[in-house]
This record gives sequence, C-alpha cells and structure tokens, in this order.
Amino acid sequence: MNETKRFTLPFRAALVVYLAIGVLFGIALTMSEALSWYRIQEMFRFQSMHMYGIIGSAVATAALGLAVLKRAGLRSLEGSEISVPPKVLGRGTRYWAGGILFGLGWGLVGACPGPLAALVGFGHTIILVPFVAALSGTWLYGRLRSSLPH
Amino acid sequence: MNLLNDPWPWYVAGPIIGLFVPALLIVGNRLFGVSSSLRHVCAATVPRGVEFFRYEWWRIGAWNITFLAGIFIGGWVAAQAFPGAGHVVVSDAARATFAGYGVTEVTGLIPAQLLSWETLATWRGALMLIGGGFLVGFGASWAGGCTSGHAIAGLADRQLPSLIATLGFFAGGLVSAWIVLPWFVGV
Repeated sequence: MNETKRFTLPFRAALVVYLAIGVLFGIALTMSEALSWYRIQEMFRFQSMHMYGIIGSAVATAALGLAVLKRAGLRSLEGSEISVPPKVLGRGTRYWAGGILFGLGWGLVGACPGPLAALVGFGHTIILVPFVAALSGTWLYGRLRSSLPH
Repeated sequence: MNLLNDPWPWYVAGPIIGLFVPALLIVGNRLFGVSSSLRHVCAATVPRGVEFFRYEWWRIGAWNITFLAGIFIGGWVAAQAFPGAGHVVVSDAARATFAGYGVTEVTGLIPAQLLSWETLATWRGALMLIGGGFLVGFGASWAGGCTSGHAIAGLADRQLPSLIATLGFFAGGLVSAWIVLPWFVGV
C-alpha cells in the first residue's frame, strides 16, 4: 500500500479542541438567546419565529454539511472514518415517550442540557439546581432502563 | 449588526449552530449532542454498578464532557466579554403572556420572579426547577438524545427516530407552556 503518513490528532489534544468548540457553542447559545426561558416560552406559545428560524436554519446548514462530508468520504482529524450511524428505531417507544417527558421539562425550566450549562456559566447559579436534577434524572433512567419499554 | 454588541438574529445564529454538526464530525467523527454527556458524568462519578453506566466513559465520553465544560465556559465568556449578551427582548404578545404569569420584569435570560433561589423554596419554583430539570435528564436519556442530538443533528441526517423524538419534545413543550405552567402560576 502506498500509505502516506497522515497527521492524526492525539486524544488529549483533541479534547482541547472539543473544549474550544464547546466554548464557541456556549457563546452561540447565549448570543442567539436559545438558552433563554423567555425565548422557549415564546416559541411554544407561537409568539415569535425566532426559535423556529434558528432550529430550521441550523438543521438546513447541518444537512448541507452532512451531505458534503458523506460525499467527500474523509477521515476525521482523530483518524476514524467519518460516518453517521443510523439510530435504531425498534418499536419507537423510547423516542415518543422519552421525547414527551423531555418536552414537559423543557417547557417548564425553559432550557435543555446545553443551555443549562451555559446559563450556569453565564452566572445564573440557580440553574445548578435543574442541572443536578437533570443528572439525577439521567441516573434514575439508567437504574430503571431494563424495566422501561424502548 | 455587531456580533459582540447585539443579540444574533436567527438567520445568523441558526447557520452558526448548524455548523457544529460537521465541525465535530471533522475533528473526531463525533455526533453533535449534549445529553450523552450527562450519562458520561454519571458513569464517571456514581456508576453504582448500574449496567447503563458501566463502559469506558473516558474513551467514549471524555470528548462530550469537555464539550459540556466548554459550553459552561462559553456562557461565562459571553457574559464577560459580549455587551450584547443577556438582554432578551421578546415579542409584545409574549410579554403580555408573561405579565399574566406575574412575570413583570422581563429582564436578563430567565425570569427571576419564577426561577431563583428564593422561588426554589416554593412548591411552584421547586417543581419548575427540580421537576423540570429531572424530566429533561430522564426524558433525554430515554429518548437517546435532546434538542442537539435529535432536533438538529438527527433531523439533518433525516433519521426517523429523531423526527419522532422531536415531535415528542414539541408535544411535551406545548403541554407545559399551555397547560402546566399556566396552572402552576395560577392563571
């Protein structure tokens, strides 16, 4: 094989990159106001198109990016081939049941996991409470997983 | 428009957020998603012999935990360095709805009159903060993803499970915003 030596990003160096990407994402969540309880309520009450515009154009941009990447057949900087595994549908129970529970919580506390972290960073220490509650919800799911339908 | 001094309009914010999907794939074939990091944090701290938390969390999840830490830092950076951060101006219709909830001070990112250390001591505040947070974590784990993994990355990849999950997110959110929350605040 005529394998040219390719650059591979070491694991720990990659973590620094993920941290930096996370910082940018936290800034994007804050400046887009997608982390705001007000914006989430406004969305669910159909009182502004702000959030619909964000999610719609984000999906369109991501879809375009995915299409380009799939066609290019590249390797990632860490070395693995770029591929998006399909999610397993099964009976689909987990998606609608878990989805509805998530939505109920989202509509109350007005933030999903990423925004919760950004809000705490922004200085809203009270959001530590729902953040820890989300961790305990995750833990309880793990504990009950075998007895829940999926 | 200045990206530091003004909130980002949706047509700027959306495409920027969407770019995180290909960016994470390019760096390490990682699928954009935040809620998995909650699982990894549980696995790293209190696995307690639960099967769901017994895996090589460092190899699989370290990227996701550092990504989450970055989001936290990003919120801090925006608060410190971006004068335009945290001054949400909602529509008049939304403002009227909030006034009906007793939220007269629509300032900052969250309503202090509903979500604060003071309201945590009330049943209403506790249900919103603890109950809401709990459902976000439980629901996202059960659904195998949250807004980022399903509603953005999954939909962009045209995955049926993500469409079902996103419809579920929306159905639950509508029930909370139109029924549960108004009931909590006594409308």
